[in-house]
Amino acid sequence: MTTVVSTRPAPAASTAAPPADRPPRSERRAGALLTAPFLVIYLLFLIGPLLVGVVLSFFNTTTVKSGLGDFVGLANYREVVTDSLFWDAMWHSVVFTLLTTPPLVILALVVAILAARMRRGRVFYRIAFFAPYVVPSSVVALIFLWMYTPQIGLLPKLFGAVGLPVPDFIGSTSGGWTAVTLMTLWWTFGFNFVLYTAAIQDVPPDVYEAAAIDGASPWQQIRHITVPLLGRTTSLVLILQILASLKVFDQIYLLLAGGPNQSTRPVIEYIYDTGFTSYRGGYGAAATMVYFVVIVAVSAAWYGLRRRRAGSTAV
Amino acid sequence: MTTITTEPTPIARRSAPAVNGAKLFNRLCAVCLTLFALIWLVPFVWALITSLRSDGSITQNPTSPFAGGWSLHAYSYAWDNYPIGTWYLNSLVISTLAVVFTVAFCSMAGFALAFLRYRGRAVVMALIAAGLMLPSEALVLPQFIEYRSFHLLGTFWALILPSVAAPVSVFVFQAFFRGIPTPLIEAARIDGASWWRVYATVCMPICRPALSTVAILTFITSWNSFLWPLLVLNQTKSQTIPVGLASLVNNTNIQYAEVMASSVLGFLPLIAVFLVFQRQIVQGIATTGIK
Repeated sequence: MTTVVSTRPAPAASTAAPPADRPPRSERRAGALLTAPFLVIYLLFLIGPLLVGVVLSFFNTTTVKSGLGDFVGLANYREVVTDSLFWDAMWHSVVFTLLTTPPLVILALVVAILAARMRRGRVFYRIAFFAPYVVPSSVVALIFLWMYTPQIGLLPKLFGAVGLPVPDFIGSTSGGWTAVTLMTLWWTFGFNFVLYTAAIQDVPPDVYEAAAIDGASPWQQIRHITVPLLGRTTSLVLILQILASLKVFDQIYLLLAGGPNQSTRPVIEYIYDTGFTSYRGGYGAAATMVYFVVIVAVSAAWYGLRRRRAGSTAV
Repeated sequence: MTTITTEPTPIARRSAPAVNGAKLFNRLCAVCLTLFALIWLVPFVWALITSLRSDGSITQNPTSPFAGGWSLHAYSYAWDNYPIGTWYLNSLVISTLAVVFTVAFCSMAGFALAFLRYRGRAVVMALIAAGLMLPSEALVLPQFIEYRSFHLLGTFWALILPSVAAPVSVFVFQAFFRGIPTPLIEAARIDGASWWRVYATVCMPICRPALSTVAILTFITSWNSFLWPLLVLNQTKSQTIPVGLASLVNNTNIQYAEVMASSVLGFLPLIAVFLVFQRQIVQGIATTGIK
């Protein structure tokens, strides 16, 4: 997964432009040769699928046999935008984003601030919070499925012991969302925690010393120094989280298989189903393109907003 | 929840008179944080405990971990009944090759972009910057059809090539190379070293941090990827660990100990890698924001 923004200022460019005349042949040749292997693979296998998707979306290609099929113009798109199942799936991806983004951002911020105040045990916190992130999604799903098992799972027992009504974690829609949200929280929390921790460490310590000399309590320091200084990081964490959540597939597919009755099926699973269960490649490609435009629009909006914000603070 | 009974210990016992508000606040934070961290470890511990018990005693006394005694029976069962060894080998081969090719190709491109002036350099830079915004995993369906027309489905190449094509690795290398002072490069050139030698013997040894960041993150991403291998590798024998283990999810499985033993086998190597390289991994995540 590769949504990337450099979170730290990159080292200042030290390539002072040498004399402006034409670089020697050997340099030009070396440049082209060293770039070529990556560039070929990049164009073929990263840009390639995008172009293939655009082309396929105008044909009624099937995924079972090779060949493009017949040209159908905009028919695929017309069908996608009028298919309520597609919009349901889009909505489910949005619901997942709305459920997971606030806790994952706020909790990570709070915990990172607390952890940064500790003098001891930082490695322990880092390991405890980040370890789940390196575990494959299917293993996480197996463990949580066992913990959600009715009657004998750990979580139903725990809910029962505290006196809460036990939700039907796998069999109902609302219980399913709870199950998926809790699992995602456990699995990906460490990522945001690490981003915040790195940003907090970049705050120069003399800011706090000055505040402490002025008699600011720890709470005031957090409230008036740390949180405001983390504004940029929060915006970064937020967009990375929104983009990652909109692309959800693994957790919902593994835990609920999009059920019950497709009531939690996210849009990637919709595309998966049209492409690999109904074998409608062209139609699936059209759905992909609609979804793709939404994702790109979200990240473009964020970049634009960020640039405008940066421009206005610079003035 | 029986596993979290550890007292938060690190509180100083000698009560100095100067227990002011700030200190109290810090202690409170420490207690909350430690509790929170311990809760985060519960799923791991619970999986481990379950895997050591027998299915009968799990169903009878689900929450008392010591009932029925512990044994390694579930592990031998899981190992004998699922081709876990083969899955491991597949994952290892795929992830290692992905790392080797990604590091080689992306560092070469990063070097060229950082130091060399050649035709098309600006175009390549723009392409890579655009690629960073491209949500490639949203494109699995056209990707699948493209790979099929190249007859790459079912091969390990199908899993290696997408890792190599990730622009972020070039980005990391290029950013690091630009931090290398140019006089160093010029000196090597004046000594008569070819560009290839400058790259291979001067720059690569310096860029160990960038190299380990890219290598580790590529390894983990490649090892953990799920949807793409699920589509591409359709034979049980050629599957990777995540996809292979996912087949246990569907079998309304009541062999809790065996399933948990497989999960433990699934997360243990990664946790081991993580414990060894945790500093580099965390640093890599913090500097690149790769997700």
